Amino acid sequence: MDVTETPRIVTSRLEYEDSHTLERYLATGGYEGLRKALGMSPQDVAHEVDAVSLLGRGGAGFPAGRKWSMLRKAPTTYLVVNGDESEPATFKDHLLVERDPHQLIEGVLIAAYAIQATRAFIYVRGEFALGLERVQSALNDAYEHGAAGRDIFGSGFSIDVVVHPGAGAYICGEETALLESLEGKRGFPRIKPPYFPAAIGLYGEPTVVNNVETLSNLPWVMLNGSGAFTALGAGRSTGTRLFALAGHVRNPGVYEVEMVKTTFRHLVFGPEYGGGIPGDRQLKAIIPGGVSAPWFGSEHLDLPLGQDEVGEAGSMLGSGSIVVMDDTTCVVRAAWRITRFFWRESCGQCTPCREGSGWLEKILQRIEDGDGREADVDLLMDVCDNLAPGVSWPPQQTTICVLGSSIPSSIASAIRMFRDDFLVHVKDGGCPHG
Amino acid sequence: MTPPAVDGHLSSDIVTRARELVALYPHPRSALIPICHLAQEQDGWLRPEAIDEIAALVGLTPAEVLGTASFYEMLRTEPVGNYVVSVCTNIACMLRGAYELLHHVEDSLGVRSGATTADGMFTLEETECIADCGRAPCLAVNHRFVGDVTPESFDHLVEGLRAGTLADDIPRHGTLVRVRRQGGLRVDDDTIRAEREAASAKAAGGA
Repeated sequence: MDVTETPRIVTSRLEYEDSHTLERYLATGGYEGLRKALGMSPQDVAHEVDAVSLLGRGGAGFPAGRKWSMLRKAPTTYLVVNGDESEPATFKDHLLVERDPHQLIEGVLIAAYAIQATRAFIYVRGEFALGLERVQSALNDAYEHGAAGRDIFGSGFSIDVVVHPGAGAYICGEETALLESLEGKRGFPRIKPPYFPAAIGLYGEPTVVNNVETLSNLPWVMLNGSGAFTALGAGRSTGTRLFALAGHVRNPGVYEVEMVKTTFRHLVFGPEYGGGIPGDRQLKAIIPGGVSAPWFGSEHLDLPLGQDEVGEAGSMLGSGSIVVMDDTTCVVRAAWRITRFFWRESCGQCTPCREGSGWLEKILQRIEDGDGREADVDLLMDVCDNLAPGVSWPPQQTTICVLGSSIPSSIASAIRMFRDDFLVHVKDGGCPHG
Repeated sequence: MTPPAVDGHLSSDIVTRARELVALYPHPRSALIPICHLAQEQDGWLRPEAIDEIAALVGLTPAEVLGTASFYEMLRTEPVGNYVVSVCTNIACMLRGAYELLHHVEDSLGVRSGATTADGMFTLEETECIADCGRAPCLAVNHRFVGDVTPESFDHLVEGLRAGTLADDIPRHGTLVRVRRQGGLRVDDDTIRAEREAASAKAAGGA
């Protein structure tokens, strides 16, 4: 774990070895944000969060406050935490659940109070064995401390929180698939409309689904106020964000960065962050927001890390993952591996995704193996066009969820940026990188 | 719903914990995946007899349980070794030598990806991203993460697992969460709903 000097909203405790314990949490201002929230009306808490423009940190970037305000009025409502972090090369929520579970739980309780949820569920990716143990331990301690459960801190507000393990399925990070999974079913995404969780969510009741990092911001927001939060960042991208930096950098890791004020170049090359590319090799491409995002070349390095800035440049900050590929990288192999992932993880409901992912993977494999044909490059784009007509950004959708329309991103990027690399594979009968 | 027979396959401890899980949710079916994890804690995988009893616990047919469980990578419908070694080969690890590591692991264990060693100790598999990319290449053994893996550190790990010196850190396959839930709310949702309505009426009256 690497933590930089400033600013720190969600990583403030990570310098401590015992950051996951109640003792450390209470010694560093823990549960004070919840106490403050419970002294306000639920509506005022919701207004405070709406005022900070807290863009969802899971991938879609939808403002948390607006999500809450869309909740259908009903006697029973649920809060569900999306801790199913599975987007390749994204590893920030993993860090938060393992290293600061109380911060997450406090965020859950603040959100549950604001929306007056009947019950809260924390869905944690099944593979996070230590994370599951840490969150359950922290919750047990929170109950003991009076911070969760019956009549929290004497406020009259009661809520039960259930920690729920997943069982290994990327698609369950999609919020409606997560709800199906939480209901004990296969993780098949639901079609929207009508199944927007705020209207028809868990067990058919109105449900808010928020990401781990999103909720982990709330204790700080309550304690320091919306003004302090919006003073960080610019435009709609306020506060800080965690970026998981991976691939060909000297110091891969999770970095908390003020939104918009830092560029891709600074994050990749800054000595306090990635520290540059090992061996002084050159940059070939970066994947800016998870493997569902279109790639950037070195001409995009000076873009600021802001949601709208990156969106306008034709990609997304997405899940907060940045993968760096140096000039020794075979882009055919990179696109193949990412496509293989989508093929394995497609839930199989929709034909374009189920069939398209498999065919794309096979074509990329044969190019990489030296059995490709020149026409394969256009064939790949043609199949991509079936998945996301026009292969534009943001993509057109032909499937129930966005997994299918995410598949073309890496393939189209690799072909558009490095078409010659594909042709060399075909001409030379194999991968020049060995 | 028929309770499992007294001489059922799942131990009485597992059944007790499974019933506690069912009670946590508004609908019993939600406990299906957590209970599957418990059954794997006992057997290392989902035996057909366990599936029958899980079905009874959550009010489904065995086919419905199997149909759901077979969707999820972590729920095993066939036996696996005591230690499932999951080597990540996704993009972040691939860029840092994951396939070279996988080849070493295959040679070292003497099995290909997807297979179990003859002594039943290890099952090897190639896995998708396990979200530990800051320490790529990484792998997990029974979902316990090991980062910055080299051929040497892997062989050392295997020695430790064979010698049983790592049992505290890496339990036998199937044991996922060793922390039991304590505390929690002891009132039902109806009480909560009534309290919320009363609080909301009071707030509206005071405004």
